[in-house]
Amino acid sequence: MILLQTAGLTRRYAGLVAVDAVDMDIPAGGIHAVIGPNGAGKTTLFNLISGVVPPSAGTIRFAGSAVTSLLPHERARLGIARTFQNIRVFGAMTVLENVLTGLHAHLSATLPEIVARLGRFRREERAAVDRAKDALALVGLSARADARAAALSYGDQRRLEIARAMVAEPRLLLLDEPAAGMNPAETEALAALVRRIRGFGTTVLLVEHDMGFVMDLSDTVTVLNFGRRIFQGTPAEVRREPAVIEAYLGPKVAERLARREAATRAG
Amino acid sequence: MIIPPWLDDFLWTYQNLIHALGINGLLALSMYVVLAVGQLSLGQAAFMGLGAYSSALMTLKLKLPFFMVLPASCVVPVLFALAIGVPTLRLSGVYLAIATIGLGEVLRAVYLNVDYFGGALGLSGIPERAETWMIYGLLFAAVAILWLVGRSGVGRAMEAMREDETAAGVMGVNVGRYRMGALLASAVLAGLAGALGAHVSSFIGPNEYGFEPAVTILSYALLGGIGTPLAPVLGAWILTLLPELLRGFSDLRLVFNGVIIVLAVLFLPNGLLSWRMKRRGA
Ligand SMILES: Nc1ncnc2c1ncn2[C@@H]1O[C@H](COP(=O)(O)OP(=O)(O)OP(=O)(O)O)[C@@H](O)[C@H]1O
Ligand SMILES: [Mg+2]
Repeated sequence: MILLQTAGLTRRYAGLVAVDAVDMDIPAGGIHAVIGPNGAGKTTLFNLISGVVPPSAGTIRFAGSAVTSLLPHERARLGIARTFQNIRVFGAMTVLENVLTGLHAHLSATLPEIVARLGRFRREERAAVDRAKDALALVGLSARADARAAALSYGDQRRLEIARAMVAEPRLLLLDEPAAGMNPAETEALAALVRRIRGFGTTVLLVEHDMGFVMDLSDTVTVLNFGRRIFQGTPAEVRREPAVIEAYLGPKVAERLARREAATRAG
Repeated sequence: MIIPPWLDDFLWTYQNLIHALGINGLLALSMYVVLAVGQLSLGQAAFMGLGAYSSALMTLKLKLPFFMVLPASCVVPVLFALAIGVPTLRLSGVYLAIATIGLGEVLRAVYLNVDYFGGALGLSGIPERAETWMIYGLLFAAVAILWLVGRSGVGRAMEAMREDETAAGVMGVNVGRYRMGALLASAVLAGLAGALGAHVSSFIGPNEYGFEPAVTILSYALLGGIGTPLAPVLGAWILTLLPELLRGFSDLRLVFNGVIIVLAVLFLPNGLLSWRMKRRGA
């Protein structure tokens, strides 16, 4: 089944086409990657999918229905969640409150119920706190629940964003450069976390420049260059594809990835 | 209840000040609700004027009793909020501020030039029907409601929007609806304050609702802060009391307010009461 499908998706900015007629099919389940050089349009593609910017042309279908004209909060309700390349936690709020905002679309208490502190409101709020704590445990941030989000380290803020996006158990999780600025040990832990997320049934679509990370995790890889989709295939196909090697990987990285794959298979 | 004579004297002597403290507290809350969602919307004085004029006319021309006039005083401000909300809510920051200040100036010109509104003389002979307990009852209720709402998913959504509207939208917050909701709440609070003010002072005039009060109301929240609903009320009380304490220098009042705003912005970016409320309701 196809979970996410873009057709002719285009976003123009003054003087350039950031995303240029991209057709992309992401199957339900698994981990999928979007790669490409700086400025290729990867973040813009995520902005289009999450509804943060409207497309100049083209359509987006999610779980069988057109979402092209829906606002971000409406797409969130359908199960599209994301993190940001330039971290966007709510700095003055606590870590737990940040995660609770990820459940916003799932809270149903009305203003009178809130003001009267009715049992339904309090039960819903307690259930939300429990879920938020579970999400924090998933990313290993339980001990920081009451800290101000701005006080967290860079890596912890990235993990907080993942908890905030995952708390509502989305169908699709977009991760924009989740390993940026992480050391090898942290990247390793992140890979394990992404696999666990896949295990929950959430489809993961990620942008990442760390090719080892991408090739190890991904079922399919989509390659963008100057806003255009130049290839979509398995990691093995991608690193063999001349157009991808020329536009992005370069011969050395392609060779190293090939050796690495051979070593993994042998070992 | 028997009020001791000394208290009775005190209340009588300071009646005007006591009324002003309560009414300005409501105005501070009217500013708070829009700032709380990150909107620099400065139409509070205009909404107050609409509440004041519409309620005074209901009392003077329609002879309606005050228990009907007071709730009805929200209607006109809310209608204006709906009308200006749709085109202006896409604006942000200083553009929204200018558009909403513009509304106040347009209305001032209307009050001045339309005879029905009394022109430059305003409306006089308004019966003094607003009681101290009504003012403080509403102020208390408003603080309590905003506090309870602040400690819930709604409060979290408001603060998230204030920090990062894009991220809040992606988390599922309907930012357009929250902006409109905040503007409507602001109109209700300012409309009530306007009606109460008109019915304690017996006279209203067009200049009470223009640019200068709009800035004064903003300074309440700048001085007090917006960490909790009490913070802007504290700001309003300080800025209402200080001129009384410095009565000899009444010419300098505006200068004084200006200096306070500058000092608050420079040295107290989160206001005097910077303490931030928790956002969990259970
Ligand atoms: N809001 C905007 N206004 C104008 N141009 C933009 C805007 N957003 C992105 N662009 C341009 O669109 C192109 C694609 O940018 P985008 O951020 O999508 O690239 P990217 O693939 O995510 O790059 P990186 O790997 O560096 O994150 C770039 O040339 C960028 O400058
Ligand atoms: Mg990017």
